[in-house]
Amino acid sequence: MSAPHELTAEQCLAALRSGDTTATDLVEAALARVEDDRWGSFLAHDADRARERAREIDAMPERPPLGGVPIAIKDALSTRDLPTTSGSKILEGFRPVYTATCVDRLERAGAIVIGKTNMDEFAMGSSTENSAYQVTRNPWDAERVPGGSSGGSAAAVAAFQAPWALGSDTGGSIRQPAALCGIVGMKPTYGAVSRYGLIAFASSLDQVGPFARTVRDSALLLSHIVGRDEMDSTSLDWAEPIRLPEATDLRGVRVGVVEELMGEGIEPGVRAAVEVAFDRVRDMGATIERVSLPTSGYGIATYYLLAPAECSANLARFDGIRYGAHLDDVAGDLLEHYEQVRGRGFGPEVKRRIMLGTFALASGYYDAYYVRAQKVRTLIRRDFEAAFAKVDYLMSPTSPTTAFPLGERVSDPYSMYLSDVCTIPVSLAGIPAISIPCGLSEGLPVGLQIAGPAFSENGLFDVAYALEQALAFDPSPPGVA
Amino acid sequence: MSAVDLSRWEPVIGLEIHVQLLTRTKMFCGCALSFGDAPNSHTCPVCLAHPGVLPVLNREAVRLAIVTGLALGCEIAPHSQFHRKNYFYPDLSKAYQISQYDEPICVGGHVSVLTPDGEFEVGITRAHLEEDAAKLVHVGGGGRRAGAESSGVDFNRGGTPLLEIVSEPDIRTSAQAGAFLRQLRSTLRRLGVSDCNMDEGSMRADANVSVRPAGSTELGTKTELKNMNSFRFLERGVDAEIARQVAILEAGGAVTQETLHYDPDLNEIHSLRSKEEAHDYRYFPEPDLVPVVPDRSWIEELRAGLPELPVDLRRRWVRDLGISFEDAEVLSEPRELVAYFEDVAGRVDAKAAANWVRGELRAQLRELGQEPWESRVTPAHLAELIGLIDDRTLSVPLAKEVLAEVIASGAAPAAVVEEKGLGQISDEGALVEIVERLLAENPDQAAQLREGKDKLVGFFVGQAMKASGGRADPARVGALVREKSGLS
Amino acid sequence: MPPVIDDATVRHVARLARLHLEPGEARTMEAELSGILEHVDVIQSLDLDDVPPTTHVLALENVMRDDVPRPSLSVEEALREAPEVVEGRFAVVKFEP
Ligand SMILES: [Mg+2]
Ligand SMILES: [Zn+2]
Repeated sequence: MSAPHELTAEQCLAALRSGDTTATDLVEAALARVEDDRWGSFLAHDADRARERAREIDAMPERPPLGGVPIAIKDALSTRDLPTTSGSKILEGFRPVYTATCVDRLERAGAIVIGKTNMDEFAMGSSTENSAYQVTRNPWDAERVPGGSSGGSAAAVAAFQAPWALGSDTGGSIRQPAALCGIVGMKPTYGAVSRYGLIAFASSLDQVGPFARTVRDSALLLSHIVGRDEMDSTSLDWAEPIRLPEATDLRGVRVGVVEELMGEGIEPGVRAAVEVAFDRVRDMGATIERVSLPTSGYGIATYYLLAPAECSANLARFDGIRYGAHLDDVAGDLLEHYEQVRGRGFGPEVKRRIMLGTFALASGYYDAYYVRAQKVRTLIRRDFEAAFAKVDYLMSPTSPTTAFPLGERVSDPYSMYLSDVCTIPVSLAGIPAISIPCGLSEGLPVGLQIAGPAFSENGLFDVAYALEQALAFDPSPPGVA
Repeated sequence: MSAVDLSRWEPVIGLEIHVQLLTRTKMFCGCALSFGDAPNSHTCPVCLAHPGVLPVLNREAVRLAIVTGLALGCEIAPHSQFHRKNYFYPDLSKAYQISQYDEPICVGGHVSVLTPDGEFEVGITRAHLEEDAAKLVHVGGGGRRAGAESSGVDFNRGGTPLLEIVSEPDIRTSAQAGAFLRQLRSTLRRLGVSDCNMDEGSMRADANVSVRPAGSTELGTKTELKNMNSFRFLERGVDAEIARQVAILEAGGAVTQETLHYDPDLNEIHSLRSKEEAHDYRYFPEPDLVPVVPDRSWIEELRAGLPELPVDLRRRWVRDLGISFEDAEVLSEPRELVAYFEDVAGRVDAKAAANWVRGELRAQLRELGQEPWESRVTPAHLAELIGLIDDRTLSVPLAKEVLAEVIASGAAPAAVVEEKGLGQISDEGALVEIVERLLAENPDQAAQLREGKDKLVGFFVGQAMKASGGRADPARVGALVREKSGLS
Repeated sequence: MPPVIDDATVRHVARLARLHLEPGEARTMEAELSGILEHVDVIQSLDLDDVPPTTHVLALENVMRDDVPRPSLSVEEALREAPEVVEGRFAVVKFEP
């Protein structure tokens, strides 16, 4: 048997069932790697709490369904009494009084929260370099970014610090870091997972989803968090349960390759790796055709109007009155206090987006920017509807490049925004997509994005699983395990 | 403020009224509504706007909004949507208020307002749902904002469901404004939508006021007069603002569009204009809430369940029962009183019923802190009492005594009269005896009376009442005194 | 042509958003916002007259809850994270209306 930290969640559960391991063993193994955090994946953890929970679960006469498997949680998710900052100074020291619904469901099912992972501040970024606290390093190359914004969760799973993790994806924040770290990342249909307790970035786009090293672990994790929550008006009843995929071929599946996402702007090494994956897709009996999403080129522009607009309102509550950072050196009045708390509490990227969003909503600009962007969103959704009339799934690279060097894009916001060119159209359409590793380019992982129509999660997992078996990618970064 | 010549100017007034809805819980979270509890004892992550929380709409608030819309003759929008209204203020936890903007739930109604001088029409522009702000308390420095030592926020009220009702500028006088608001209050109370206590802030009115030259159809520049917390202050505030605007216009000036505050102590208008630039609320659709698309069948069910509204009730009572508008207004709420009065009025003369219910019964019960429908005086008792006056068994003063006894014991009025021997002396012989005795006992007065000093009739009636323990019929005694003195 | 983002616009928007910007920050912001707006301005070229806006990707409507009270936080918990409390309330810096 592999070392406990190397086990997938499914393997952990099997070992727990057979008595080969205990929750305590698994938690100790994970804690050892969380405490030796060479990658900067974690912002906080509570070892005592995790150990206590493991003891409790090990003592249960009947082990709960996820009985004792450790999990890492993106710091954008509210966890009662456990520091939660969303990567921002403005929430330094904040301990929530409640737990996010998805985390609560996992804890009730027996998962053990092993720590809170690093992220771009308020999920704004594609490299995790916008964290107010620390840099997270890519386990495949310590001088490169893990992607973002859920870079801490991606790195933690890739570096075997946890078998799986939760992230959140607004424009690609699960899929892109999963691609850059060589693991599986999934963004469900908008509304599949309750957003209650997910610190809002852009409410009409945000979704919680799983990171794992296997497709089956992703499906297992999603199966425990999916479904209606009375605390989230936009959460959906999930009629068909998420099941573990078993497909071994792709006979009869029609796959579309997104034309606009295979040309200019996509690194040749990335293109080559996904083309190899397309060959496997064909080998397994699927048909492949090229499909166009003509409006997808407007995705980034649309996204960078809508998401900042929503975030400008979502982040207005951080005013230093009810919680969060305290300033006692502000001499001025209330207005001054507001401006100082927020001016010092938010980092540059967050300020940029608040400014952009405030501008897009301001009187005189609202119709030209916000409303027009909402209309383009309609066109993008229609593009996908038209495509799904012809094919069952769409494939493209997840990220136009492999992991880029730390610091490379920090000074040019727009070049950073381009990191999400493949993932943003999917987010705008609200449909599910999964990124699986499909090979290496110059020693760095390449992610393949598979998108499906709304509610096609089970089908997506089937396709991803079949392809995962065929590709047989080894998710161990050199020198990490 | 000097008197204003209103013959040359026509005021144009519209009202915006916020009412707190009578739900059990807040608009978007499950915190119970409270009044006067310990600060922040009715709060949760949602109404405190903790990171990550989401709103969920209270169905009862929607029902109350629809019921109100139907009562005000509005169309219930087939599709309505919430928006975020963005502004920073310490009493607004999210720094945006969830409100309705261009898709309110109720649109385009009208009401006919009944007054002693007749009816007038007021259009209803819209009614929309939103949430209330929290309470900002200024501690130290005498409790006034300027110079306060510090301020504190109590979020118990934060998130209370509000309905904002906006009228068309169809109102022309402060009295009409008051009448409209009073009728609206009784309507909302009758519907169980709000308790509409202006002094507790569960009903708050702002007035949009402009004036224009008499005969003109164009609208003048309007000002918004904020939060007048009583009917009297509303009427006085509007009058003061009309006077202010007329004075400006007569001096050849121009009215500035601004938000104003009425100070009732000084009867003065103050500008609320802040040092900052104008608000830019940056409304946009609330992504966390989905549209409200009320079922037609639900709306029809609610329409069918509407009670008779106070205005209809009053109109009917004035027309069919012949009672005065003032009586009708007082008796038309709350609904228990309506039922009580109608019960009494169904048994005896309606005017007498109105008189007794509104007058003596309420006056005596007020001392005890009781309402008629909670008291031991049933409508049948009151009707019986009125009957005893009608058939001259009781004088009015005696009837009041009997009423007190009914209130205390719950016994039927006739039984009280019987037991206490309170009935009027109807035996003519006994009255004649008393009168003759009194004339004999008071010879000086009797002599003056015979000489035509009419006033002395009253003296003898008073003596007769005293002698009979109040049981004599004063009118009959008066007649006998005259007769025996040769005056009649 | 995207609108010109000048210093006055940056200061106006920063005030609306209650964000203090250091002078250097404001200058950088001016340049960056101008650059981003230039990119996003591509949407001005699309003909969108007959296109309805997407507010929600979901077809959900009428999601409401029953008017049933749920437990509130204890006062202690409600105030727990507050930087400053005055008489059981969240303290606010002195201000003029
Ligand atoms: Mg309002
Ligand atoms: Zn609450």
